[in-house]
Amino acid sequence: MRISTLFYTIKQGFANIFRNKWFSLASVATIAACLFLFGLFYAILTNFQNVVKTAEEGVSVTVFFDEGISDEKIQEIGEAIKKRTEVREVKFNSAEEVWDSFKEEYLGEYADGFTENPLADSANFEIYLNDVSRQSALVTYLEMMDGVRQVNKSEVTANTLSGINVIIGYVSIGIICILLAVSVFLISNTVMIGISVRKEEINIMKYIGATDFFVRSPFVIEGMLIGLIGSVLPLVCIYYIYVNVIQYISERFTILSGLMNFLPVEVIFKDLAPISIGIGVGIGFIGSFATVRRHLKV
Amino acid sequence: MIVLENVSKSFATGAPALNGVSLKIRKGEFVFVVGDSGSGKSTLIKLLLRELTPTSGTVIVNGQDVGKLRRWRIPKFRRQLGIVFQDFRLLKDRNVYENVAFAQRIIQVPNREIKKNVPAILSVVGLAGKYKAKPRQLSGGEQQRVALARALINEPSILLADEPTGNLDPKNTWEIMKLLEEINKNGTTVLMVTHNRDIVNTMKKRVITMKKGVIVSDEEEGEYIDEN
Repeated sequence: MRISTLFYTIKQGFANIFRNKWFSLASVATIAACLFLFGLFYAILTNFQNVVKTAEEGVSVTVFFDEGISDEKIQEIGEAIKKRTEVREVKFNSAEEVWDSFKEEYLGEYADGFTENPLADSANFEIYLNDVSRQSALVTYLEMMDGVRQVNKSEVTANTLSGINVIIGYVSIGIICILLAVSVFLISNTVMIGISVRKEEINIMKYIGATDFFVRSPFVIEGMLIGLIGSVLPLVCIYYIYVNVIQYISERFTILSGLMNFLPVEVIFKDLAPISIGIGVGIGFIGSFATVRRHLKV
Repeated sequence: MIVLENVSKSFATGAPALNGVSLKIRKGEFVFVVGDSGSGKSTLIKLLLRELTPTSGTVIVNGQDVGKLRRWRIPKFRRQLGIVFQDFRLLKDRNVYENVAFAQRIIQVPNREIKKNVPAILSVVGLAGKYKAKPRQLSGGEQQRVALARALINEPSILLADEPTGNLDPKNTWEIMKLLEEINKNGTTVLMVTHNRDIVNTMKKRVITMKKGVIVSDEEEGEYIDEN
């Protein structure tokens, strides 16, 4: 392809948007509306997931050892635990550390009366998991280990959190499916409206001897541009809405900000922006490609 | 140049649109095809353009068997033909210059040459001053001249004209006919479908008359034959 032909094709793609102003506007509005809803749900769900994740990260399993266990044996147990795939972090607390923190937290100056460490056998491993749903499997494993006296866990928290996680997963998939179906329906309707204008134009081009590629390219560029505009607009809206809503909530409902930590807008947009733009441009590409295809057989 | 051998074209419903049509058009001829609606004229044009393929028989244009052309070869084939329709078929949202230039852009003529060729062909059809106008700002005759310029800019060997004067007043009709005659004198084969008795009887060219899908008469310097 000649450079001049390439430039011509791109220029025509841009020009098409202005030639069919109302069609372009309707298409941009449709894509923007769908992606706005998508973005909104994405932001809400991601925050919700973050709350659950933060709670999950706090869930730990504590392992206490048999009395008089050797340091080597403790180290051996620690190594074995670290090898488990569901384990994210293993923290060793020596008996002294446990006593120090107990003193600090509960006894204060009254601790001076103790000459020996009353929690001598309280050295432990604090284990944090990647995935709380695998907690019970890990606990069973730990309880069977040689040298382990006791395993402390919070079954209820772990089960609740992994349950919420599953629900969030289903809800996300459900909402995204509904939104995509609505988008496809609205967009195909919009495309149908544009067909009558296009049909004649495509026919003329084909009669003169234009190749399918030459006919299609400006339409596809037009579709992708419409998709791009239709995805950037809702992103800008969501950005401002998100920033302001977070600010409003943290100022008005200070009690909430202690309970849940809103994700910074940058974190949300790191994934949301490429996904939205990808969907918008993708829908524009597929929509225009398929529409023109139907009329190329002249 | 154009050869049809025993060509028939049937559609799913109704009588065949063409029934065993054979004809030969030599290079540089000017031929009128006349006949009532449903006589098969439009089907003939569509077969020559490879918009349709024959049900049986062969259609040969410029030495190519059109019926056997693969889909991806159609654009290149069509570029050898110029085509003008009754309803002009201009790109409504582009100006005169862009409508004519479009035919050159699809064969990837460099821009600097397009800038020379388009004004040249527009002055041939008498529209040099209106290159910026949009089709809706032009009269029917002017729009048809734009369509002619577009058809001619790539110097086709054959010009197919499907009732090109059907939407024009007598004055514009004769101006278009003068242009077609000139184009023909310069060596382009012209095949024109028409209903216009005056044109056919005045111009004294070859006339092929069709009725119900068959050729009923084919005469050099022929006249318009009344159906009744």
